[in-house]
Amino acid sequence: MTSVKITDLVKDYTLRSGLKRTRLRAVDHVSLELTPGRTVALVGESGSGKSTIAKILTRMERPTAGTVDVRLDDGTPVTNAHYRREVQMVFQDPFASLNPFHSIEHHIARPLKIHGRTKTQDDTRARVLEMLERVNLTPAEAIAPRRPHELSGGQRQRVAIARALAPGAQVLIADEPVSMLDVSIRLGVLNLLGRLQREDQLAVLYITHDLATARHFSDEIVVLYRGRVVERGPSDAVILDPHHDYTKLLALAAPDPERPGRVTSEAPVDREAIDNSTCYDHFKGEWTEAGVPARSESKA
Amino acid sequence: MTNLKPTSEPSVADSAELLAETSVETGRKPRAGWRMLVPTMTPWLAIGLGLIAAITLFGLIGPLFVGDPRTIRDMGLTPPSGEFWLGTTQTGQDVLAQLAYATRGSLQIGVIVGLLATALSAFFGIYGAYRGRVVDEGFSLFTNVFLVIPGLPLVIVISGFVPAESRGLWTIAIVLAVTSWAGSARVLRAQTLSVRNRDYVAASQVSGERPWRVIVVEILPNLLPVIASQFVFAVISAILGEAGLSFIGLGASNSSTLGTMLFYAQNGFALSLGAWWWFVPPGLIIALFGMGLSLVNFSIDEIINPKLKNLRLHRKRARRAARLERELAQASRRNGVPSQQAKPNQDKEIAR
Amino acid sequence: MTADQRQAVLTVDDLTVVYETEEPVTAVKHADLVLHKGEILGLAGESGCGKTTLAYAVNRLHRPPARIASGRITFHGDDGDTDILALDDAELRAFRWERLSMVFQGAMNALNPVTTVRAQLKDTLLAHRPRMSRKEIRERSEDVLTRVGVDPRRLGSYPHELSGGMRQRVMIAMAMLLEPQIMIMDEPTTALDVVVQRDILREIVRLRDELDFAVIFITHDLPLLLEISDRIAVMLDGEIVELETADRLYREAKHPYTRKLLGSFPSLSGERGAFIRTGVDETTEDSTVATAKERA
Ligand SMILES: Nc1ncnc2c1ncn2[C@@H]1O[C@H](COP(=O)(O)OP(=O)(O)OP(=O)(O)O)[C@@H](O)[C@H]1O
Ligand SMILES: Nc1ncnc2c1ncn2[C@@H]1O[C@H](COP(=O)(O)OP(=O)(O)OP(=O)(O)O)[C@@H](O)[C@H]1O
Ligand SMILES: [Mg+2]
Ligand SMILES: [Mg+2]
Repeated sequence: MTSVKITDLVKDYTLRSGLKRTRLRAVDHVSLELTPGRTVALVGESGSGKSTIAKILTRMERPTAGTVDVRLDDGTPVTNAHYRREVQMVFQDPFASLNPFHSIEHHIARPLKIHGRTKTQDDTRARVLEMLERVNLTPAEAIAPRRPHELSGGQRQRVAIARALAPGAQVLIADEPVSMLDVSIRLGVLNLLGRLQREDQLAVLYITHDLATARHFSDEIVVLYRGRVVERGPSDAVILDPHHDYTKLLALAAPDPERPGRVTSEAPVDREAIDNSTCYDHFKGEWTEAGVPARSESKA
Repeated sequence: MTNLKPTSEPSVADSAELLAETSVETGRKPRAGWRMLVPTMTPWLAIGLGLIAAITLFGLIGPLFVGDPRTIRDMGLTPPSGEFWLGTTQTGQDVLAQLAYATRGSLQIGVIVGLLATALSAFFGIYGAYRGRVVDEGFSLFTNVFLVIPGLPLVIVISGFVPAESRGLWTIAIVLAVTSWAGSARVLRAQTLSVRNRDYVAASQVSGERPWRVIVVEILPNLLPVIASQFVFAVISAILGEAGLSFIGLGASNSSTLGTMLFYAQNGFALSLGAWWWFVPPGLIIALFGMGLSLVNFSIDEIINPKLKNLRLHRKRARRAARLERELAQASRRNGVPSQQAKPNQDKEIAR
Repeated sequence: MTADQRQAVLTVDDLTVVYETEEPVTAVKHADLVLHKGEILGLAGESGCGKTTLAYAVNRLHRPPARIASGRITFHGDDGDTDILALDDAELRAFRWERLSMVFQGAMNALNPVTTVRAQLKDTLLAHRPRMSRKEIRERSEDVLTRVGVDPRRLGSYPHELSGGMRQRVMIAMAMLLEPQIMIMDEPTTALDVVVQRDILREIVRLRDELDFAVIFITHDLPLLLEISDRIAVMLDGEIVELETADRLYREAKHPYTRKLLGSFPSLSGERGAFIRTGVDETTEDSTVATAKERA
């Protein structure tokens, strides 16, 4: 069991337009905690920095400032060598996240071998089949030699989950894992994630823009707006009792068949006017400043 | 999943998937990815491979059976006969013997340049694009510089600059390779960029794969058809380029190639003396070898762009489909509404 | 102003599309469809039912082995009717994007990774408006990006520097570029959050009021469709099984499949458990896809 503590994460990108260079702050002092057995949903508008946080957590990008602290149960920090064994990710597009060239078996066997989970060829094969069965891809013997294009979107996403869990990951980052899937398939994949999380006591970061599934599948919701956390709290509280303007807007915008034609009728909300300098924390029950270093826990 | 994305350029990364779908369609399920890289045997591919094999064989073992090509006899310019199958040169040298050695020399140049140029383009194209940022920018700039340098004049200048004594096979090969890799590198860079931005590359990085393995195992297979086709093309152009250099007297001094043969034929006024047996065979070998490689290249193109293969496999059906569609269009242009009784007929025809 | 009283802009009549593979697949079966001026027509249905195929055929973008086996597609422009199936290649090129544009499914990954957004917009513009000046091109590009809510400063970015949703919006901007009379959008908002989705749809609606163009909106997200579209066509297995106004479809769906689709989406305000209960079981979810695959 592993937990992750992100403190004051900042990520700047440089934008070039001609010779001019401007700085874009994609993530601005975000602090988050992932603990075993809990799912934190990260919701926010497109371009608000959700994937950037995921990339930093999986070490595909370096943060400009801030720390990512990953610790085992007994408090020992996870070493660089073991980092990728502990923290794994499921990508958004199941049609792009598996290599069309390789078999399903290859995709799951590689992480097993890289992290030394299996020693012999037979051992690996047995583990691969076991992993496939865990994600309900049966008969595993028939699925393993197939190649990605022979599977449906939902099945591919299960393979992606199996690959992420293969090294024995305890922290799972799921970046919009179901948004590219047919609505009828989404629930199945999410339920699967939920079950695996309970079985392995995983710490899950569920990135999404779908409030409904965020509410139903997570314990805590963190709302990101233009790189800053603007609201956080238990899922039900955030959805049913939103405080920040942006969260309200988000909740309001969720499709509601009872009120057709809203798009045309509603006056557009001026989103430029929404500020992201304050954050409502449902746990503390108070407004705090967003985008500044967290005052409280200063580490030694 | 079934989208053809007509606005975007076809990239190899899409093609692996498409190809896989195609082969499922044709009933054979390739289990290993490698198998789909083998082109399907077509008459054209067979002819191409046949030509290449024959000429390569001639170049490899021909020299073992012929006499010394440099032996001078006092029987200049005799036409083909029982003794000398391809006649003799002005100085009475055996043309067949010369041809065998020259073919070997040209093949050597072709393969060496092909390998060197492919290695250079793969390094600068793939590695640069994979690393990104500064490395990519540096490599791109470097590639572009080489791309704008006009190849042939540079080759002529370099070859002319190097004194004839030290102008060996390797010098010429390196000069040719250095001036010819840039175009391929650019293509590879574009393809690598499109592959490396796919999530499966990120996924394998996240699962802890080492960079070189990511390149070799995850990216490279998707690029192999392109690289193979570039290699073939590099070989063709190297042989032609070397022939051109030798023809103007700037070729390798220590080895004989098809180009040097043509050079001596030209100097010996073979054309004006009507000694066709002196210049036709080397010319023919160059042409046939080029043709063989091009035919192979077409087959590789089908791997890069499986739609071509799909088209070929379904050509008959596609042609009928196109005809029916045209008829439908004409009918609708003529009488406004597609004739009702035409439909059952069409259905029958499709069913056949 | 119900849609029916409006003038038709596109008529699809008895359209059948066949994939001429070893085992021919009829992906669209005798589809009839009328698109009215200024209308948003939703097209819903599960994965593999033929939505994309239909959209491609309307555009004549289908490639072998796909083939239009029967039918008629007529575009009713301001300057008279055009039979799309009878257009030759040059006419077709002029027709696409000018009159009818399309946002492709998976648009997120359809941008060229090697050039900037600016260059890609410019290429599209120049292909159709060769005489546009540099300044006009720049202004037009900035304008369309602003419309879809992407900062025009991002013009110089390469696709991989944009977030998933931004890439999708750039593709939508590209479809708007030439202000066509019909826009076909194939799952254009999978990577977008509801707020941005709404902004874009609002922008489309605004443009429609201004320019009176029509939209065919393809998605498997029925709740979204119910809200934004005037009429909805539900497709099952290549056939259009129901075509109704959004309101009627929601309240009195006739086809059992429509009712099944309506029943399977999570509600934000409902009970926490309700979602799980109404949802499909984890193990059975792939059945619909599996059957679709078997059919193919
Ligand atoms: N490599 C990069 N170079 C420059 N800017 C970048 C780069 N990667 C991301 N960005 C910018 O950072 C911001 C945040 O992007 P990110 O991908 O994290 O958004 P997101 O919240 O995941 O959005 P979406 O829901 O659309 O996927 C965006 O403005 C994006 O353009
Ligand atoms: N190139 C092709 N060759 C053969 N069959 C095809 C081809 N493209 C699509 N099909 C088949 O046609 C049917 C319809 O596919 P289409 O892509 O139109 O579905 P869709 O409704 O757009 O699905 P999705 O929601 O997954 O995009 C499917 O059964 C598919 O297998
Ligand atoms: Mg993202
Ligand atoms: Mg589709």
